[in-house]
Amino acid sequence: MSTLKYTEDHEWVLTAGDGTCLIGITDFAQEQLGELVFIELPAVGDEVEKEDAVAVIESVKSASDLLMPVSGEIIEVNEELDSDPGIVNEDAMGAGWFIKVKLYDESELDELMDEDKYMEGLDDSE
Amino acid sequence: MSDTNEQIQQTALHDLHVELGAKMVPFAGYSMPVQYPMGLAKEHLHTRAQAGLFDVSHMGQVKLTGEKAAEALETLVPVDIAGLQPMKQRYALFTNDQGGVMDDLMVTNAGDHLFVVVNAACKDQDINHMREHIGNDCEIKVMEDYALLALQGPMAGAVMNRLSAGTDELVFMTAANIEIDGMDCFVTRSGYSGEDGFEISVHNNDAQQLARTLLAQPEVEAIGLGARDSLRLECGLCLYGHDLDTETTPVESSLLWALTKSRRADGARPGGYPGADIIMGQMANGVEKKRVGIQAEGRMPVRDGAVLVDADGNEIGVVTSGGFGPTVNGPIAMGYVKTQFATPDTELFAIVRDKQVSVKVVKLPFVKQNYYRG
Repeated sequence: MSTLKYTEDHEWVLTAGDGTCLIGITDFAQEQLGELVFIELPAVGDEVEKEDAVAVIESVKSASDLLMPVSGEIIEVNEELDSDPGIVNEDAMGAGWFIKVKLYDESELDELMDEDKYMEGLDDSE
Repeated sequence: MSDTNEQIQQTALHDLHVELGAKMVPFAGYSMPVQYPMGLAKEHLHTRAQAGLFDVSHMGQVKLTGEKAAEALETLVPVDIAGLQPMKQRYALFTNDQGGVMDDLMVTNAGDHLFVVVNAACKDQDINHMREHIGNDCEIKVMEDYALLALQGPMAGAVMNRLSAGTDELVFMTAANIEIDGMDCFVTRSGYSGEDGFEISVHNNDAQQLARTLLAQPEVEAIGLGARDSLRLECGLCLYGHDLDTETTPVESSLLWALTKSRRADGARPGGYPGADIIMGQMANGVEKKRVGIQAEGRMPVRDGAVLVDADGNEIGVVTSGGFGPTVNGPIAMGYVKTQFATPDTELFAIVRDKQVSVKVVKLPFVKQNYYRG
C-alpha cells in the first residue's frame, strides 16, 4: 500500500510498499521558492544518508538544498527536470518528483509526518 | 539579520504593499516588498515589456542649498557638479582617501538646490560625510517627509504623459517639477532597471494616492526589490555593497564613464576629491583587477561569492552579483577578475558547491539599456 508522508523541510515521500519511495518538494515549497530555473540532481547509484543535501534547487531568487528525508540508494532521478525545472512549479506533488530511492530502513518512515500533521504545521506558520 | 535590534522602518507605501499581497522583508532597516503575488520573474518581464512601479522610498533624498553647494559637493566626488546645468542629472560616487567607493548616488541640479539620492544602507554615513566636509558650505537637509517612486519600462513615458501632459518630452537624466492630480512631483527621467523610466519624489502625504493613480494605469504593475535586482544586473548596473565597496576604486569597477572629463588629470578641474591621486594614478597606469560580466554555461546560476579560477585552478577573481536573468533566460553574473583575464571570451571556472562550472568573461550589459535620449 502506498502512503504519502511529509517532512518539516517541506518535502514529500511517497512509499510504494515495495521498499522504494519517490521524493519531491511540496506545493507550499515550490510556491515559496518561486519560479525554478535549475535543479541539480544526484546520480543514480548514489548512496545517501538521511539529512544529506542530495539535490540543489535554484530559483530566480536563491539556491536551496533538498535534504534526504530518509537513507537509501538513488535508483532513479527525474531527468525531465534537467530540461524543464518548471514542472515542479506546475505539479510539485506529481510530475515534479525528484528522485526514487531504495530504502535502507523502512522504520525511518515512521519519523515523518502524515498529511494532517503537515497541513497543521502550515496553518500554524501562516 | 544585523539590524534586528533596530526599529524596522516603514515607507509611506507600506500599507499599500501589504494590501497588494507583497512579501515584505527587512532591507537596509526598512520593511520592503521583495515581490508581489505576480512573482519575481513575471514582475521582471512585465517591467521590460510595459511598466513597473517600484517603491524606493528607503533611499535617502537630500537637498543641498546654497551658492557654493555644487562646488562643495565636487570636493567629495570625481564628477563635474559645478558644470551640471539646471534640471540635469548625473551619476556620481563618494570616494574615500584610498580611492574606494563609499556609495554611489544621483545628483540633480534642481535650480535653487541640488537634489541628491543615496543608497538606503549608506544614507546615515553619507549624510554625516557631507555634514562633516561640506556642512559649512551649504545647507544639508534630509527630505524625511518625501517618498521616492520609480516607474520603469518602455511604457513609462506614455503613462506619465497621460497623467501630466508634456512629461514624455524629458530625456534621460533630466528633471522637471510636474503636477499629477494636484500632487506636486519632482521627476527625473532615470532609474536603475536599464529601461526608460522616471523617479518621482513626492511628499509622504501624497505618496499612496500617487502610487494608486499609477497602478490604476493598465500598463503598470507593482514590482518588488527582487525584480529590481535582476533588472539592474541584466543591464550591468552595480549594486553598492556587492559590486562597489570601500576597497574598490571606480577604475577597478569599470566606471570610467562616470568620471567626468573636467575632473580628470587633463581636465579643467583635475582631482580635488578624496583619493584623487590613487584614482588618477590608476587611470594613467592601469589596475590589477577589473569588473566584468560573467556568463555561465548551462542554466545553473553562479551567485555572489563564487570564486573564479583559471584553467590551472588558480584563484583569479570572485563573483560579486549573480543570479538568473528572466529576460536573458539564463544565468547572469558580474565580478572582479585580475586584469589579464578581463578580455571578453576569456574562459574561466566558477567554484559552485565545490564543483567547477565553465564560465566566460563577457561584455556588459547582458540586456541592452533602453534609455530615452530624445
